[in-house]
Amino acid sequence: MTTPVIELSDVSRRYDAGPPALQDASLTVRAGESVAILGPSGSGKSTMLNLIAGLDRPDSGTVTVDGVRVDKLGEAGSARYRRAKIGMVFQFFNLLDDLTVLDNVILPAQLAGMKRREAQRRAEQLLESLGIARHAGAFPGRLSGGQRQRVAVARALMNRPPLLLADEPTGALDSASGEDVAELLRELNAEGQTVVVVTHDLALAQSCTKRTVQLVDGRITADVVAEAAR
Amino acid sequence: MSALGRVVRSGVARRRVPTLVIVLATMMAVTASVLGGALLVASDAPFDKAFARQHGSHLTAQFDADRTTATQLSATADTAGVDTSSGPFPTASVTPRINDATVAPLSVVGRTSPDGSVDRIAVTEGRWANGPGEIVLSADSGLIAPLGLEFRFPALPGSPTLKVVGVARSVSRTADGWVTPSQLAALTPDGKPTGYQMLYRFAQADSAAQVERGRAAVVAAVPDGAMAGAQSWLAIKKVSVRDTSLFVPFLVAFGVLGLVMSVLIVGNVVAGTVGTGLRRIGVLKAVGFTPGQVVRAYMSQALLPAAVGTVLGVVAGHLLAVPVLSETAEAYGTAGLGVDWWVDVAVVAGTLGVVALAACVSAWRAGRLRTVDALAVGRTPAPGRGRRAARLAGRLPLPRPVSLGLARPFARPGRTASVVAAVVFGAAAVTFATGLAASLSEVVTARDHNAADVTIGVSGPQAGPGGPGPGRQSTTADPAAVTAAIEDQPGTGRHYSTADAQATVSGVTGSTNVVAFTGDASWGGYSMVSGRWIEKAGEAVVPTPFLTATDSDVGDRVTLHVDGRPVTVRIVGEVLDTRNGGMQVFTDAATLRTAAPDLAASSRYIDVASGTSVQDYVRSLNAALEPLGAVSTSEKSQSDSDTVVILNSLTALLTLMLVAVAGLGVLNGVVLDTHERIRDLGVSKALGMTPRQTIAMVVTSVVLSGLAGGLLGVPIGVALHDAVLPAMGRSAGLNLPDSVIAVYQAPELALLAAGGVVIAVLGSLLPAGWAARTRTATALRAE
Repeated sequence: MTTPVIELSDVSRRYDAGPPALQDASLTVRAGESVAILGPSGSGKSTMLNLIAGLDRPDSGTVTVDGVRVDKLGEAGSARYRRAKIGMVFQFFNLLDDLTVLDNVILPAQLAGMKRREAQRRAEQLLESLGIARHAGAFPGRLSGGQRQRVAVARALMNRPPLLLADEPTGALDSASGEDVAELLRELNAEGQTVVVVTHDLALAQSCTKRTVQLVDGRITADVVAEAAR
Repeated sequence: MSALGRVVRSGVARRRVPTLVIVLATMMAVTASVLGGALLVASDAPFDKAFARQHGSHLTAQFDADRTTATQLSATADTAGVDTSSGPFPTASVTPRINDATVAPLSVVGRTSPDGSVDRIAVTEGRWANGPGEIVLSADSGLIAPLGLEFRFPALPGSPTLKVVGVARSVSRTADGWVTPSQLAALTPDGKPTGYQMLYRFAQADSAAQVERGRAAVVAAVPDGAMAGAQSWLAIKKVSVRDTSLFVPFLVAFGVLGLVMSVLIVGNVVAGTVGTGLRRIGVLKAVGFTPGQVVRAYMSQALLPAAVGTVLGVVAGHLLAVPVLSETAEAYGTAGLGVDWWVDVAVVAGTLGVVALAACVSAWRAGRLRTVDALAVGRTPAPGRGRRAARLAGRLPLPRPVSLGLARPFARPGRTASVVAAVVFGAAAVTFATGLAASLSEVVTARDHNAADVTIGVSGPQAGPGGPGPGRQSTTADPAAVTAAIEDQPGTGRHYSTADAQATVSGVTGSTNVVAFTGDASWGGYSMVSGRWIEKAGEAVVPTPFLTATDSDVGDRVTLHVDGRPVTVRIVGEVLDTRNGGMQVFTDAATLRTAAPDLAASSRYIDVASGTSVQDYVRSLNAALEPLGAVSTSEKSQSDSDTVVILNSLTALLTLMLVAVAGLGVLNGVVLDTHERIRDLGVSKALGMTPRQTIAMVVTSVVLSGLAGGLLGVPIGVALHDAVLPAMGRSAGLNLPDSVIAVYQAPELALLAAGGVVIAVLGSLLPAGWAARTRTATALRAE
């Protein structure tokens, strides 16, 4: 059995005076797994993703990712943690419009202090492998949704993170582009990349991951591993 | 509440950062405007205003107590043409001793109260004299005496003492000091006042002839020869206006700078804040708001916080105006300058008008956008701009947050222009202030002619706890013996002496002071405006007021009458000198040899040889001079330095104010930019940008703007200085030499240009910190 990459232990998070967004959630994800966190709007799945990414802190419980106690990190520590451990893919791509595709992709490496030439080599490899090398000098606004999400994936993989987090990665795409991105995530997982996808789309969850964690009203109600993955 | 009201309320309450920025910007702008406006108003006829406020005396008359009585003087209140009068007040001329040193005689008046129907004296420090042993000193007495200082009168019966309990200012300059009437009697040898003072206001006193008619009527009403002297308010006004005119161009420059900056920054803040709300405007239109309703909503949203900022600004402006106007009043020799009510009204109306106009124009433009465009523009700011700069910056060998920041100004040229404009004003103000301080320092140096290391018998104006200033008492020692002692002294480098004579010049009223040099005085710190220094007998250099009064130029000849004997000199140079009202002639002693053969040196100036210790030299020289009754000193005299101190402190305060407003302009630009780019910021943070990197990115985003602002602002500041300084000089009747005008050096200018970067960086620190603290998840959720 491989080592755990994510360990959530009795994690709770409440915003203001409302009901808890996440309540006593415990979850372990091992290296090489592909997990979908599934649930309707308001179920707590984005909260869980934010806690894993170090974008937010739990009110109680512990969050450990690749040996790092994420819930103990300050702002600067969280930033360094994300650089080293996390690659993030967002629903609306979140590419910086005034940077070229290449500059967008190498940004995390540059923030981590990597030399531009070295970062550029790595970025070009990634763009090549994701089939968008010819768009390296273009600005994101000129690309299709599917191409932009591929750029976002390349950027997420730039620092070779042990964990790839994808938040509704096909939510802003047409079905063809969505299937294309799902295929990409499957391929990455097949190459050994640990992938966690947050989605409300059951079909996407089933098509690109082997394990589905169901969230309802901030609680984990189901944790199902696909037959093929057993 | 109506839909419009709800939108306005939520717009103000929920959009806290823009609301706060509008409050702060209007507050600072109103503060600067109140101050600038008050300064401009104060600069307009300060003497007339202070005279009216104090109900000044048109005629201050002095009567001989031996030739008239208090009752007779009281009756002069009913003289034809006299509107109001005060007095009679007993007077005496006293010569106090301070710390065993005798100071110049003071004209003291016995008054029970500073108030009255004429000459309402303003107590500027301490309190009025209420009992025996107390004196209130006039701020214009020329004596610098701190509260608590004791004046002794050992020669008078009972050896009375007076403690300084207050400092006051009479615009009419009616006395050097005031005591209680009962105390005044104790300040004369026979216990009786030597004279009486009456203060008159006439029904008509606008011209010298009218004042003279009033004086003649009063003279006719008292016994013959009773009026010992009288001073017209027009004479005091003439002196005061000449002194204050120096300050007017300077204060006008600062006032105008403050007002222009305020308008610019408030306009930018409001326009920018409305501009960042485009998406919300799109949403409002989508739910059915008409363009007119959008305009009304956004005008209200801007006017509400602006009104709060305006109120705070008026309060802050008044609080700041107290010390500034007090300094200004000091400079003008007046008292009790305040902010006129209409300045407040004009500033409030002007500010709210600018806010309403800026909000109206921006909201109108937004209101006219198609709804779908407003929604789209609100989500994605100005696509395409600054991409080339971003691409180029990305290739620079700099940390990525820095290169991202450097490219930022090119994405929003309009906003960048407003940041640059703010820095331009700030840098111009700092440059102007620095130059002004340097120029004033040069004026002091040039005016004091104190380049010599050691002096003998040079007058100084200081008096106070430390006693008279260096060499206050002129030497009466044998001139030849003193010269010999100086020349025999080891370490003597070069030296010269001066002798003073009084002369009259044809066509000029009053006397002119002639300073005659023995030896080469060209190194003595005399700043030439034009021409050259004297080289031989028969040549003279003169200050600008002398040239003006005699309608002559460099190269002309003028005839002086010394002791009734004519002496013709050729003017070979124009020198900067303000003493004696600029009515001085500097010449070689040989020029006056025939006219004033007995003229003796009164002051000596010595430059010690290189490598000689000045203190050792003075000790050794004094040992040789002591038997001759002379004393040397290495202390430098600094006359009239209080004017320079006031100008310098006013400059510092006003510059600080303008720099703060400039910083706020930068802060506004950075806040708007950060607010608009909050999602990008969240993305960068999600990708691993640390708080320190975030701060670096935001701060570097204003570095180029700061540099550009500095590079543009410095020449503007220099130009302003080069325009204002000669104007200040001209107002005072002086041409200023190049050494006073050309005070900027290249390294200093480079530093001042870099000051623009400092202003920009200071203005960006607050929003940079805010950006660094913003939670990544919150930033990512922001629209």
